[in-house]
Amino acid sequence: MNSYDSLLKQAEMQLESLAKLSSVKEEPLEVILDKHGINRRDFLKWAASITAMLALPAQFTPLVADAVKLADRLPLVWIHLAECTGCSESLIRTDSPTIDSLIFDYVSLEYHETLMAAAGWQAEENLENAIKNYAGRYILLVEGGVPTAMNGQYLTVGAHARTGLELIHHAASSAAAIFSIGTCASFGGIQAAAPNPTGAKGVDKVISNPVINIPGCPPSSKNIVGTLVYFILFGTLPAIDVYSRPKWAYGQRIHDKCERRSHFDAGEFVESFGDEGAKEGWCLYKQGCKGPYTFNNCSVERFNQHTNWPIGAGHGCMGCSEPDFWDAMGPLEKPIDAHLVMGLNATVDQIGTTLLTATAIGIGAHAVASLFASKSKEEDDE
Amino acid sequence: MMSRRVVIDPITRIEGHLRIEVEIDENNVVQKAYSSSTLWRGIELILKGRDPRDAGLMAQRICGVCTYSHYKAGVEAVEDALGVTPPLNAQLVRSLLNESLYMHDHIVQFYHLHGLDWVDILSALEADPALAAKEAFKYTDLPIATGEDELKAVQEKVKGFSGKGSLGPFANAYWGNPTYKFTPEQNLIALSHYLKALEVQRIAAQMFAIFGAKQPHPQSLVVGGITSVKDMLSPARLAEWKSKYEIVKEFIDRAYYPDIVMAASAYGTEESVLGGMGVKNFLTGDAFLLSRNKNLFESGMIKNGDLSRVYPIEDQKIEEDVTHAWYEGDKPLQPYNGETIPNYTGFIDGDTVNGPAKIINEKDKYSWVKSPRYEGESCEVGPLASMLVNYAKGNKPVVDAVDTFLKRTGLPVEALFTTLGRTAARMLQTKVIADHAIITFNSLIENIKSDQSTYTKFEIDPALEYKGRFIGEVPRGTLSHWVRIKDGVIENYQAVVPTTWNAGPKDANDIIGPYEASLVGLKLEDPTKPLEVLRIIHSFDPCMACSVHVMDIKGKELADFKVSTVNGVGTC
Repeated sequence: MNSYDSLLKQAEMQLESLAKLSSVKEEPLEVILDKHGINRRDFLKWAASITAMLALPAQFTPLVADAVKLADRLPLVWIHLAECTGCSESLIRTDSPTIDSLIFDYVSLEYHETLMAAAGWQAEENLENAIKNYAGRYILLVEGGVPTAMNGQYLTVGAHARTGLELIHHAASSAAAIFSIGTCASFGGIQAAAPNPTGAKGVDKVISNPVINIPGCPPSSKNIVGTLVYFILFGTLPAIDVYSRPKWAYGQRIHDKCERRSHFDAGEFVESFGDEGAKEGWCLYKQGCKGPYTFNNCSVERFNQHTNWPIGAGHGCMGCSEPDFWDAMGPLEKPIDAHLVMGLNATVDQIGTTLLTATAIGIGAHAVASLFASKSKEEDDE
Repeated sequence: MMSRRVVIDPITRIEGHLRIEVEIDENNVVQKAYSSSTLWRGIELILKGRDPRDAGLMAQRICGVCTYSHYKAGVEAVEDALGVTPPLNAQLVRSLLNESLYMHDHIVQFYHLHGLDWVDILSALEADPALAAKEAFKYTDLPIATGEDELKAVQEKVKGFSGKGSLGPFANAYWGNPTYKFTPEQNLIALSHYLKALEVQRIAAQMFAIFGAKQPHPQSLVVGGITSVKDMLSPARLAEWKSKYEIVKEFIDRAYYPDIVMAASAYGTEESVLGGMGVKNFLTGDAFLLSRNKNLFESGMIKNGDLSRVYPIEDQKIEEDVTHAWYEGDKPLQPYNGETIPNYTGFIDGDTVNGPAKIINEKDKYSWVKSPRYEGESCEVGPLASMLVNYAKGNKPVVDAVDTFLKRTGLPVEALFTTLGRTAARMLQTKVIADHAIITFNSLIENIKSDQSTYTKFEIDPALEYKGRFIGEVPRGTLSHWVRIKDGVIENYQAVVPTTWNAGPKDANDIIGPYEASLVGLKLEDPTKPLEVLRIIHSFDPCMACSVHVMDIKGKELADFKVSTVNGVGTC
């Protein structure tokens, strides 16, 4: 049996077991879709695009569609720690508007401080009810880093002034899966940049449960929704890279799929913002673009329903889905320090024409960054 | 005796982490109120020692809701320090982005954050869709998303939730509170617009991303100009902006404006929304370049609600007090000379109307937000301040918009000085911006015919010291960023932010800030379900991540990191 066949079988079994669970919603998705004028064909088209995005073969499309119909079996709990709410804002811009927003209406959003009507004691009660009533079933989505200095007291939530650190332990204890949404929850984010005054850390550094990271500042809503669908489909977390990011979304370098890549290969660079090269859409490497060191699907998926993305708008990628990018990749509008990329700055014009070299550089930078990450993890464990 | 303390934490449907506490008398009337921000991140401290060109992108991460505000402020503060003037095209594109941001942000604030304080979702389920469809014509000739069938579909959608007793994000709210004043039909109209606004805000965000790269957290500004020159020069992109702008503007004209007129008629006699204003000093900054050297809104200050005189804003009159904020310090200081040493004292055990909890010790420190003062007085900032100051100055677009609205609703000018007025002013500001953004757009179209520049080159001389600031208007009010540059890197960074002006705790002289003052005298129907408090606080549009910072820390041990003399101020 080849690997796709076994995946298919796994998915079918998972869906069978999900279908046996009781529904949170009264109406099946088909009825709701129908009421919104979305026919089965549109819905399947959407499912096919999600299937392609997940890098699955076309025969998975009906299963993806089935998985989405079963999404309401999994209640969602979204908590906010040290954050700016940008990830929540990204979520409400979610792609393929009508259908996706419907999916999110349909998935049972039990707790989300930015969107929920209840406040104060009643909000806390909603959280406790979800944790109790859906123990072992809910997906916990975390936005924000976890302040750990001063016993976590740089953040308190609720009438009993529970720290963010206590809250994440409590909410994680009976979650079916935990998603760190955005770079803050994944890696600590902006508040963890040097000198990290509040001792902010990524969620997976403070709890022992497995966590899947969906970094980005903010992450694309496609990456959030796609990972959710995968979990529903297979009942397990997707293949991940060294930073616990789903490979289907973060498996490729920005640089490799960049619309300006041919200019890099041709040695055509923007020498100064606003110059002729900028008007022509030439490569932004010399203006500090971190696309060669950044793993994400922005160059394919873009943002705001494919409207635009940083490199499209003439600004280099700043590497926001990589750990510690604020420190490791700054200054953001200058090419990265020479020592990290083996002398690239000195010879950029020559090597720009050499595709092979560029690939080696990317791999080298990633390997170096990985070393740093594993080192800091060891330090934390001590 | 039963406790008379009410604790609301978390205040939901805002950006960030906010706690409000009130003390009520035996008639449930608020005697005292306390506002506390419960998260500290220290972003200004993190900015220290970095390349000044990174200030904008890093400061932007202060907030993902008014995203762009701190980006632009950070970039322009550095430009001010270096003496760099971006080309007119760049200034106009930045203005277009700001206009797009307001059109997005205010719609989301009213419908998705504040709206549920005015709209009873469960009551909407009782409505007769046919009557509601008719009702919508009372407030506009061209209502949107209120056809009988559309309203029926909206009801069905929400009934899908409630049928099983699971209301999802609408669960466990204060539905049925007697201070909800819309009829079931009016509730249904507003609920339909709540859902429609989810769709429209996506388009508004796209409109922004055309020149901003993405939304939230755009990435197309640099010190010296903008980077989206390709988009700016593309007729297709310009047309794309205009078509999306028209869709969003239509929603503002045909849903947002009439919904506020409807609220004014339904809530015009509801006492709990006709107060809500204890501080009547208002500050506002400049905003929205329409064409070379011409701004839509002007800066200024009003004292004690007196519209007959507008004062210019003078930097040196701004001071911040930390008596009741979680920092050390014994006197108010001007931001440039400020000192801040974090000093967290936490909460104390106490009793509340909902039972035992941690409560604020009002004699001690109780918030991460400081208390900004102008000439020793607290001031309100935000869309209402912008509308009042510009009304008092005789700014024609604002005078026309305010007078038309007052005439339409039959309300007197005094009605602006209320919770209802604050919420209406946000809509009026959105309307004025939506009506004028096209002027910015047309100025850009004209200018690029003869001038395609988008960037001014500059150099940072490490041998020189630089100092500069940005002061201007953002969706939640007056924002300023100050930066000092030395040895080619940021030596000191400060942000004085709208929510700090509004949400700060009382000061050494027991002068209280706008949030706290707005709640005193408020009567609560049910202290365990304090809807009226939420409605007033949401009318300010809180943004807590913005309001808490710290700057320029010079090495002293605090917990497990180094902190100490902080020069400057924390605010949003």
